[in-house]
Amino acid sequence: MAQMAEPILRIDGLTRDFGEFRAVNDVSLSIRAGTITGLIGPNGAGKTTLFNVLTGMLKPTSGSVFLDGQDATRFSPDALFALGLGRTFQIPRPFAKMSVLENVMLAPMAQAGERLWGRFLQPSKMREQEATIRKRAMEVLDFVTLAPLADNAAGQISGGQMKLLELARILMGDPKLILLDEPAAGVNPTLTKILIEKIEELNRDGKTFVIIEHDMDFVMQHCNPVIALAEGRKAFEGTAEEAQNNTVLLDAYLGAQVE
Amino acid sequence: MIGIISYLVFFATVASILSIAVLGLNLQWGNTGLFNGGVVAFFGAGAYGTLILGGTPQAGQLGGFELPYLIALFGGMVIAGIVAWVVGLLTLRLRHDYLAIATFGVAVAFENVMRNSDWLGGAQGIRGFERPLREALGNGFSYNLAFFVFVLVLLIATYVFLERLIQSPFGRLLRAIREDETAAQSLGKSPSRIRLTSFVAGSVIMGLAGGLYATFYAFISPQDVLPILTFQIWAMLIVGGAGNNKGAVMGTFLIWAAWTASGWALSRFAPLEVQLYTGSIQFVLIGFVIVGMLLWRPQGLFPERLVVSQSAKTK
Repeated sequence: MAQMAEPILRIDGLTRDFGEFRAVNDVSLSIRAGTITGLIGPNGAGKTTLFNVLTGMLKPTSGSVFLDGQDATRFSPDALFALGLGRTFQIPRPFAKMSVLENVMLAPMAQAGERLWGRFLQPSKMREQEATIRKRAMEVLDFVTLAPLADNAAGQISGGQMKLLELARILMGDPKLILLDEPAAGVNPTLTKILIEKIEELNRDGKTFVIIEHDMDFVMQHCNPVIALAEGRKAFEGTAEEAQNNTVLLDAYLGAQVE
Repeated sequence: MIGIISYLVFFATVASILSIAVLGLNLQWGNTGLFNGGVVAFFGAGAYGTLILGGTPQAGQLGGFELPYLIALFGGMVIAGIVAWVVGLLTLRLRHDYLAIATFGVAVAFENVMRNSDWLGGAQGIRGFERPLREALGNGFSYNLAFFVFVLVLLIATYVFLERLIQSPFGRLLRAIREDETAAQSLGKSPSRIRLTSFVAGSVIMGLAGGLYATFYAFISPQDVLPILTFQIWAMLIVGGAGNNKGAVMGTFLIWAAWTASGWALSRFAPLEVQLYTGSIQFVLIGFVIVGMLLWRPQGLFPERLVVSQSAKTK
């Protein structure tokens, strides 16, 4: 019997409390490599909290997280990035007073010049690395269509461009799994179209995505499978078509009680 | 004429020493966003350290090791760095105004410990320091000129070091931490390590300034590490422009000139009964300068430029 490939991300009974409030309640799921998973659910369903636990920004109250088969529960965000997990934020977090190019050049790990004395003790290594990183950064910026803005301050570009910039930044780390928190929210249709193209292109190249999104057209057209959270619990998991015909899910979105 | 030149040398020496301290604060605040409210503790650690290591023996006091001057000066910097490392570790989880309050407290504690520890000089401070090369240069104008050149060389060295540092990937890292720690951490960076490095490096530079200051006066006492010095140094950075090393130096000269001039003007033109309060009036003025600047030109006279790492710039 063919062994099922180990999922790239597996979470077991993940729970996160804020005082009395249980934001994420015993959620278990597996993300297969090479998929684009849509994570949906009404406001307050616990989607972003789940993301924050997965990316190490919050520690889980209980439960565990496995990344590529390795136990990554309670890892810090920087350690998770090193393991190939990249994320963007619901409200973009550019380094506002740095240029777009510098935002992207920051991301690569283990740069010689990142240490206090690196610039002085290993000047040629630093210059070499910087040249490589710069070249790669320009390619990535070109890919996300931001190359013409490379020298602008990151705080001065539009909200949609900031989301593309966040994508560019994490691509510098060559992540296997990318978590996007509402990439299309507040972005004009042209940029959303570019973003979708890029996501699909990256996905064809083998990158796995988990996307929180409220735009149902986006989710139904581009995500498979679809997972829905409601009141902190997993309320649904299936294909996009199944999601559209699922009464429990529709109830959740209409605000009715889930029985 | 020689009187005026002599005074200008004196003025420029003190301003250059303070510039070094302001550059250290600029690394912490301007580049990394660390709100150090206790600059004098690190300035003082360098000053006391230098005099203790390089001074002549005094009855009942720690020190008198009579180390060669440059080693004593370096030792003062190391001591400032050790103090900063301990304070930095203890305050690693504090941000913004909480960090400012904690470090301010450290500085006040530092002053009080010095004032009350007779073996560290107590309220009288530490004397018994032989200024380097005094035999060769005498005690007059030529000595002061030579010392000014020495300080100037160190100021330029510090300036060049920091300029190169902030244009390197390390500087990029500092700015990212300043702009958004959460985002930096999500990109694989370790904010606590970087914050600590920047805090210690900036404090070592403040320690250098303190060591030079103590050398210049061949004396240090708790009076030299009062909170007002922290506020002056902050005013210099804010007026000059946080995040801009040139601004930091210009701001220092400007504020130090204004401070000295206001003291002179008050003692000369103010009515006799007001003169008692000259010091207090100057405190009020420095407060006005800080608040006014923050209200009307928060970026300072020389705002931060959009720095692009040097190797990112060309080629």
